[in-house]
Amino acid sequence: MTKHRLFWPAAVLLALLLANVAFNHDFFAIRVKEGHLYGSLIDILQFGAPLVLVALGMSLVIATRGIDLSVGSTVAISGALACEHIATSASPAALSTVLEAVGISLVVALVLGLINGLLVARLDVQPIIATLMLMVAGRGVAQLITDGQILTVSSAPYKLIGGGYWLTIPFAVILAAVLVALTGLLTRRTALGLLIESVGGNPTASRLVGIRATGLLTLVYVFSALCAAVAGLMISSNVSSADGNNAGLWIELDAILAVVIGGGALTGGRFSLGGTVLGALIIQTLTTSVYSMGIPPETTLVFKALVVIAVCLVQSSAFRAKVNLRRPSSRPPLNPGRARNVEKHEVGA
Amino acid sequence: MSTLTDTFRRNGASIPLLVTAALLVIMFAAGSVQYEGFFSGQVLVNLLIDNAFLLVVAIGMTFVILTGGIDLSVGAMLALSTMVAAWLVEQHNWPPLLVIPLVLLIGTASGTLMGWIIHTFEIQPFIVTLAGMFLARGLCYTISTESISITDPTFVSIAQTRLSLPGGLFISPSVIIALLVLLAAFIVLHRTRLGRNVYALGGNEQSALLMGLPVARTKIAVYAISGFCSALGGVLLTFYMLSGYGLHAVGLELDAIAATVIGGTLLTGGSGFVLGTALGVMVLGLIQTVISFQGTLSSWWTRIVIGGLLLVFILLQRLSTGRRRA
Amino acid sequence: MAGPPTTDRSLTTEVGADRRPVLELRGVRKEFPGVVALDGVDLRLFPGEVHALMGENGAGKSTLIKVLTGVHPSDGGSVTLAGEDVHISGPLQAQQTGISTVYQEVNLCPNLSVAENILIGREPRRFGMIHWPELRRRARELVRDLDLDIDVSAPLSSCSLAVQQLVAIVRAVDISAKVLILDEPTSSLDRDEVRQLFTVMGRLRDQGVAILFVTHFLDQVYDICDRVTILRNGRLEGEYAIGDLTRVQLVQRMIGGELAELDVLSDASRAEAAEAAAGEPFLRAGALARRGSIAPFDLDIHVGEVVGLAGLLGSGRTEAARLLFGADQSDEGTITVNGEPAALRTPRAAIAHKIAFCSENRKAEGLVGELTVRENLVLALQAARGWARPLSRSKQDELARHWISALDIRPASPETQIRNLSGGNQQKVLLARWLLTDPRLLILDEPTRGIDVGAKAEIQKLVQRLSGEGMSVLFISAELEEVLRLSHRVGVLRDHRMVATLTNDGTLTPERIMATIATGAQK
Repeated sequence: MTKHRLFWPAAVLLALLLANVAFNHDFFAIRVKEGHLYGSLIDILQFGAPLVLVALGMSLVIATRGIDLSVGSTVAISGALACEHIATSASPAALSTVLEAVGISLVVALVLGLINGLLVARLDVQPIIATLMLMVAGRGVAQLITDGQILTVSSAPYKLIGGGYWLTIPFAVILAAVLVALTGLLTRRTALGLLIESVGGNPTASRLVGIRATGLLTLVYVFSALCAAVAGLMISSNVSSADGNNAGLWIELDAILAVVIGGGALTGGRFSLGGTVLGALIIQTLTTSVYSMGIPPETTLVFKALVVIAVCLVQSSAFRAKVNLRRPSSRPPLNPGRARNVEKHEVGA
Repeated sequence: MSTLTDTFRRNGASIPLLVTAALLVIMFAAGSVQYEGFFSGQVLVNLLIDNAFLLVVAIGMTFVILTGGIDLSVGAMLALSTMVAAWLVEQHNWPPLLVIPLVLLIGTASGTLMGWIIHTFEIQPFIVTLAGMFLARGLCYTISTESISITDPTFVSIAQTRLSLPGGLFISPSVIIALLVLLAAFIVLHRTRLGRNVYALGGNEQSALLMGLPVARTKIAVYAISGFCSALGGVLLTFYMLSGYGLHAVGLELDAIAATVIGGTLLTGGSGFVLGTALGVMVLGLIQTVISFQGTLSSWWTRIVIGGLLLVFILLQRLSTGRRRA
Repeated sequence: MAGPPTTDRSLTTEVGADRRPVLELRGVRKEFPGVVALDGVDLRLFPGEVHALMGENGAGKSTLIKVLTGVHPSDGGSVTLAGEDVHISGPLQAQQTGISTVYQEVNLCPNLSVAENILIGREPRRFGMIHWPELRRRARELVRDLDLDIDVSAPLSSCSLAVQQLVAIVRAVDISAKVLILDEPTSSLDRDEVRQLFTVMGRLRDQGVAILFVTHFLDQVYDICDRVTILRNGRLEGEYAIGDLTRVQLVQRMIGGELAELDVLSDASRAEAAEAAAGEPFLRAGALARRGSIAPFDLDIHVGEVVGLAGLLGSGRTEAARLLFGADQSDEGTITVNGEPAALRTPRAAIAHKIAFCSENRKAEGLVGELTVRENLVLALQAARGWARPLSRSKQDELARHWISALDIRPASPETQIRNLSGGNQQKVLLARWLLTDPRLLILDEPTRGIDVGAKAEIQKLVQRLSGEGMSVLFISAELEEVLRLSHRVGVLRDHRMVATLTNDGTLTPERIMATIATGAQK
């Protein structure tokens, strides 16, 4: 049981949730108020939805041995574009206006993703650097769109995306769940997932079996940008405004962290969408708990830093080798792969 | 095309530097033509005054990038340094002469620790320094989530000191410190074994190891230097802002990387000049100056232009080094 | 395990009994998990000699060098340097005790100047600062000492590979002039560059340096070396004066006559192949070449024919195969498939022409280690179908079950990560990966290397069966018996050149192939 790759992320999430009960006995309570579900768990899901999406895109990028630092900027740009379109439109509350706004955001995100993909796949720029450029410039672009202001909109259909409810459930949660499920289907019901893992796991071998890495790499960066764009819409819709400066700030780091906690290795290869979702929820729960325990929320950063270091150390083969060396040599040599023999191959969500 | 690429390849190191120098001249000339009062020595000197802390941080970053690494923690380390300094001086009444060395020590020690983790456990530098960034920012907030302003007389007097130069110009003590750091970095990189080992490490780590060079010590040293420079940058920023704040210098790591790259240092390591980094910092500063003189352009254009410049220079690097992977 | 009797004689004749070896290894042993890489190897280097170290893949050459340079600690045996026992703990310490190494891949820093590369770590200093004029002066001096003409202030990256090798030698000699190990320094040099290198080596020999020279080029061994130590399968085969050994004997001792206890395979298919060879070839390479790896060669592979490629390691056999698969791009020459010109610029293009390739480097170029057996199996087929036409999970399971039982892959569980399989079973998975794409030409580069005898025999039988069913096979192996047993024709490669194509008409013997490898006779 403990050998299943989702065991530890799930256990950590559960432990975190239980720890919350100690501070807040109603933590698990879910009430229905005015036809909407309310409760701490619902909050975690709702506020965690954008992070789940960004981490979703990030996990595919990381599976190809890449990294996408530009997602935070994309979040800001997407929210800014949508709010700008709605705010300047004659009928901000019309469904068509909102659909246009969403369309514009997604198309622009597509272009941003293509730029990243082009730099990485075609021009062979290191992923950290390629996406760093958009990370730098993107914030400026977002502020340019909002003219440096916090752009407030009032549009009921737009509010639905991140702050509304559908069938008593927050719409953002439904949207995130649907997108995770679709991604699971797309990667595991087609061969995309296998090919991505192969390219990340061994690029040379993949070339020799005839896999075209260029297209796949471009695709994952475009996908990551689109996920970030949807997350950006959710975030700005939830607060009915766009803040070019602070929207999605540091979300790239949370997303990387979510992927790593979920069992994805930064060296590429296997990805687990289920693990990523759990990872994102762990981070969101951590954030929420820190709030509810009355610790200054900014100090979550310290926890996150410690988690990153711990997880990276565990993943580092050099670290494992050193730890193993110090153990008495009477034990038979460890076979790190053996424990994972029996892993099940999960299908996305 | 091939001869063009050849020329780039042969002069790979100096071409981006020349481009940067030319850019600097053109921007200054264009600014002078366009805006009244732009063409003055004080505008140039102000570039140094306003960006002394960035220069120091970018110098540390240059060491790291020359080895082929990256340090994302510099902005956070800088903020932590301002915070620790303000906290100790203001709320605990420690003497500045004790606090400043302590802050520098903390920065150096954190850098050393990160370098040690990177080297010993073979973890990618970006993830380790990312964790360092989280940690440093988080520690800022455990001290205080508010800005702490500094009223200590020593700090205030240093902040207000202006040194006159011939021609009616004046500079701040921070500029002198930053220029001294620049000089020291230049000497270390070009005249000491440590400096040459930094270049060797960036050229080919495997080779450096087989040539018997102290790879571990060098690698840890560059992160220690970067940590020191971030802390010193923090001290300079407290002179400039007279406050400590956890939100100081958000995104500074990107400016430092941009200045280094625009100054002609290869992101893959092994090639570049610390003087180029100084030019890079001047370019970034000049962009800000032009935008502020322009008046109608908003400050966010700075980010966009820096991003665009970064793109141009990275493409230039690609052109000059060719493809790394086969 | 001790050296054969020739050893002592060669010493008395060549070096003189009164001289003591500067470096002496006795019974050196090195084990890796599951493999004994070096088993009681002796090596003696005398001052003022060029000593060849020879052996095929897996002979233990590179392990021996890594032990000597301190990259790997040895598990047993002794190393004495100038009469004293030494323990070599790392590259730096090896250099300090007097053993310097120049590797095939030049291990210098391309971004630094020639002078710095020579002296880095030992730069002359004044007041703690590097004294640049003095550094350049000393570098110039060192370069001049070896009669070389190199601009020491130029960046190393602007120098040719040959010059970079020489710079590495200058550095090595300046650090310690007792023992110099040259690990395949000539593999990518042209004739003039090799001559220049040999001049330098001769000069160093005259100065009393002991040079251990690793190379795959027989001619070079006879040109420059005094003695040779031959390793085979991690053991010492013998130490000889070069004059006591003909080329054929040398090749024989390297390749060995170790006939594995394999089932004798039938010769029945040879007659069929003769018929096949009369028709149009499936693939025809015309003057195909790639600079620095293989000189222009012609090769026909007929339908149902097994063509073997024989030659020493580094002779160009892998390089030739890679060109046919588009894994490397050719500089010149043509390929026709089924009589139609085909541009095989990428593996994908070759796969589209129904060509398959199993690399000799299973781990780096074949396996995706963390994926399962099933996933590795379907990878080539899935890549050819594209992502949008996935093989259904049930189809994948069926394929995996079929091939696991057809090739007897163990453990027979398709969901095991492939990195946990033994070498032989990994190889079978890689074979199955290509077989299920139904190729017309299967290129196998050392498919039986490093796997157990049972798996080896199974793979050989499989090749024979496939050829009987009409598949063409290009079979590369260092073991001549194996090549001979399976191939209808054998292309012989020597020093990056295909020197002969021999028909396996029943009279072809390993000895004749060896003679061709050794002398390059066009026969």
